[in-house]
Amino acid sequence: MTQFWEFPGGIHPAENKHQSTQRPIRQAGLPDQLVVPLQQHIGEPAQVLVKVGDRVQKGDKLAEVTSGLGVPVHAPTSGIIEAISLQPVPHPSGMQDWCVTLRPDGEDEWRKRHPIKDYRALERDQVLGLIREAGISGLGGAGFPTNVKLRPPRDRKVSTLILNGAECEPYITADDMTMREKAADIVAGMKVMAWILRPERCVIAIEDNKPEAIESINRAIQGTQIELAVIPTKYPSGGEKQLIHILTGMEVPSGGIPADIGVMCQNIGTAVAVADAIFEDRPLVSRIVTITGEGVAEPGNFEALIGTPISYLLEQAGLDAERTNRLVLGGPMMGYTLSSAAVPVVKTSNCVIAATSAELPVPPPEQPCIRCGECALACPMELLPQQLFWHAKAGEFEKAEHLNLFDCIECGACSYVCPSSIPLVQYYRHAKGEIRVQRSEQEKADRARERFEARQERLEREKREKEQRRKERAKAAAEAQAKKKAQAEQSAPSADGDTDERAAKAALVQQALARKKAKAEANTSEAAHDKPAPDAPDIETLEKQLAQAQAKLRNMEDMLKEARSKEADNVDKLQRAVSKNQDRVKRAEEALAEARQQQGGQTQSQSNE
Amino acid sequence: MSFVQQSSPHARQARPTSQVMLWVIIAALPGLLAQTLFFGWGNLINVVWCVGVAMASEAAVIKLRGKPVAFFLKDNTAAVTGLLLGLSLPQFTPWWVSATAAISAIVVAKQLYGGLGSNPFNPAMVGYALVLISFPVAMTTNWAQPVMLWGDTPGFGETLSAIASGQQTVIDGWTMATPLDEYKHKIASFTSSEVLEHPTFGEGVALGWEWVNGAFLAGGLLLIGLRVITWHIPVSFLAALAFMSLAFGSNADEYAPLSLHLLAGATMFGAFFIATDPVSAATSRQGKLIYGAGIGVLIYIIRTWGNYPDAVAFAVLLMNFAVPFIDHYTPPRTYGHHKPRRGVPGRSRG
Repeated sequence: MTQFWEFPGGIHPAENKHQSTQRPIRQAGLPDQLVVPLQQHIGEPAQVLVKVGDRVQKGDKLAEVTSGLGVPVHAPTSGIIEAISLQPVPHPSGMQDWCVTLRPDGEDEWRKRHPIKDYRALERDQVLGLIREAGISGLGGAGFPTNVKLRPPRDRKVSTLILNGAECEPYITADDMTMREKAADIVAGMKVMAWILRPERCVIAIEDNKPEAIESINRAIQGTQIELAVIPTKYPSGGEKQLIHILTGMEVPSGGIPADIGVMCQNIGTAVAVADAIFEDRPLVSRIVTITGEGVAEPGNFEALIGTPISYLLEQAGLDAERTNRLVLGGPMMGYTLSSAAVPVVKTSNCVIAATSAELPVPPPEQPCIRCGECALACPMELLPQQLFWHAKAGEFEKAEHLNLFDCIECGACSYVCPSSIPLVQYYRHAKGEIRVQRSEQEKADRARERFEARQERLEREKREKEQRRKERAKAAAEAQAKKKAQAEQSAPSADGDTDERAAKAALVQQALARKKAKAEANTSEAAHDKPAPDAPDIETLEKQLAQAQAKLRNMEDMLKEARSKEADNVDKLQRAVSKNQDRVKRAEEALAEARQQQGGQTQSQSNE
Repeated sequence: MSFVQQSSPHARQARPTSQVMLWVIIAALPGLLAQTLFFGWGNLINVVWCVGVAMASEAAVIKLRGKPVAFFLKDNTAAVTGLLLGLSLPQFTPWWVSATAAISAIVVAKQLYGGLGSNPFNPAMVGYALVLISFPVAMTTNWAQPVMLWGDTPGFGETLSAIASGQQTVIDGWTMATPLDEYKHKIASFTSSEVLEHPTFGEGVALGWEWVNGAFLAGGLLLIGLRVITWHIPVSFLAALAFMSLAFGSNADEYAPLSLHLLAGATMFGAFFIATDPVSAATSRQGKLIYGAGIGVLIYIIRTWGNYPDAVAFAVLLMNFAVPFIDHYTPPRTYGHHKPRRGVPGRSRG
């Protein structure tokens, strides 16, 4: 017996699987209309290759993904393309999406097929190409394109290939019935995958509540290297991360993929689809869907063409619309409700539950959380659901993220056990959505800020350069002015500084004032006949000029002192300015002394008069 | 056709809060029965009175808050608070003291903090501590003596009228210091064997009290068996108390022996019914172990070196303070992570 590792938490919900395993898989047959969505799983939507009115054969490509992640979509049967339009698709929001509507002609006539006898004769890439051409994406969960998944990054060697037949969700029996009836195909498909990946270990894992499937698979793997792992029944053992832990004891790193630890999980249905694609050249045009719940009289599994309306399948199972209160696509733990049955089966649709109100009752109103911790005991990821709930409810998304919100697999175990009937998973989805929105807004805001800052910087730089040029011009002008003044007024010491523009201006004003004053005084002296000659500078003006020059010198000396203490690089310049000002003060003193002498002479001469 | 729109999971199978609380009530009944058998009608009267006052206070505040009264009363949490208070108060506590405790438990400790689930402190213990500090005489001298020691045990009517009148002179004839109190105050001047001669200790550990503790232990095990509580808090609580007693108080001539610590006070009641209140306790497994152990250690410290002979209320309240801190530093390691993410998110992030 292989060793198993138990994952923490988990729950044992009522299985409700027996209802849909009483009958063999039934062929759903041809509905009046098939509505094939162009996007049935993650990745890019496919581009339509057909026109309205075209006749297609079963297996013809209806649409293809030309760039990006995705696989083509095929005609599920032969018939006429009736429309390419927006139709309701299976989605929690009940949204519409582009679909190709096909009216079957009833012939179910295949295109020409080229089955491969010995795929081993091909290159691995060729086989991966065939899998892609067959439109195969994972039939279990998100529907990741299988050919992409089967080619993990070069540095990731897959040593364990797991076929997930746990099917831990209540009600769903699609994999169970597939294992019972198509064990040989499953093994054949797994062999193809194993040939591509060359793992050391191949395991088919089944929960121990499916004895018939276990027996069937056990027979089919005789003589192969494939290992059968019968694991204890506990929800969510079929979760990829949980199943890997059960079988290997290893954990997928947070934010990583199983290939990071050398493991790959594939779905049972995907293995069958791979076998069909290689050995029969049959693209993925149908899948097994469980139709169950107390709302249908004959629950069971149907092989339904992709695009078959769910309402058609429900009718075949004997839907009692009056009693049906809730339609769930998927299981009761992770599935979502449909507002209408008028949506098609897609590649990822595994189960439809038509539940009565007694079966899946509307939960009682939410009560306050009493921190009982049941949710933490049930969480298979070892999160703290209750703290996540507090933070999600309070809008403290940063704290929720800190407590690993994004590791939540939304299995619903916490909500299942909550005594206060709190829809915990809904809170987490909300918080995740909000954080994603915030992140994208943050990104946008960051980009906008970067652009703004770049612009500001550019404007600043331009302003600085402009200012610089202006200063240079002013300086040149001041210098020219000073030179001119120095030549013009040699007798009167000029108060202008050549160090900066303001000083130059002030000096000009000073000179103008001096001239005006001199003129005025000359006039009055002319009138009174007792004033000094107009050409001789008067003492008052000279005193003022001296005081100004002295003040300036002091100012300059202070600046020089400061510059020295700071070891600034303008020390030299200031030194020159100081000595210049010293000269100026000296000149002013001389001029004043001379003027006083003159005046003294004049006064004397006047008194002599 | 219109179908119910709901987010997953669609199936649920939970034991509603009201049922959880009902189990707590049921599990406490053996203890109440033992109290009644060994200490008379006092506890039963206290329980009924406190439950009534607690539920009336709850109803009044919920009405004031404009919320549906019936919806919240039906969760049985106010009844449990009243019950726990009634079980812990001295048998002859005057009615107004118990009422003060019950009202402050519900109105102040629970509803003013936001009601069920939002109270940081155990409401019953807030009520208890409040009256213990406010009415120290009524809260220490009103413990009934075991019925075996008094041929003329007060009947139901007498007990009721004593509680209703609060006449200390009447009550005094029926009361006696609790074994923990007796031991704590006598051991300073007597030897252990001399102290234990007092009739309150009886033949076993502590007359009556050992049965009451045994009954609460049985009720607690029932709660663990029913998965209403987990083993972590009671076990770490009792283990820490035992460790403290053995490590620091092994000399019976100086300190109360371990048997007395475990079976003479509110120890089992505290370990299984008080400390396990999920709202005010730590949440993760590791956190619960630390929380329970903290209570055990504090009980020993207060009983031995503090002023109070029993200390469950104070120890629980002190550890209630520490719960947010403990919770931040004891998250489990999430699948796919190397280490648990302790502490609070850094300021630099986001």
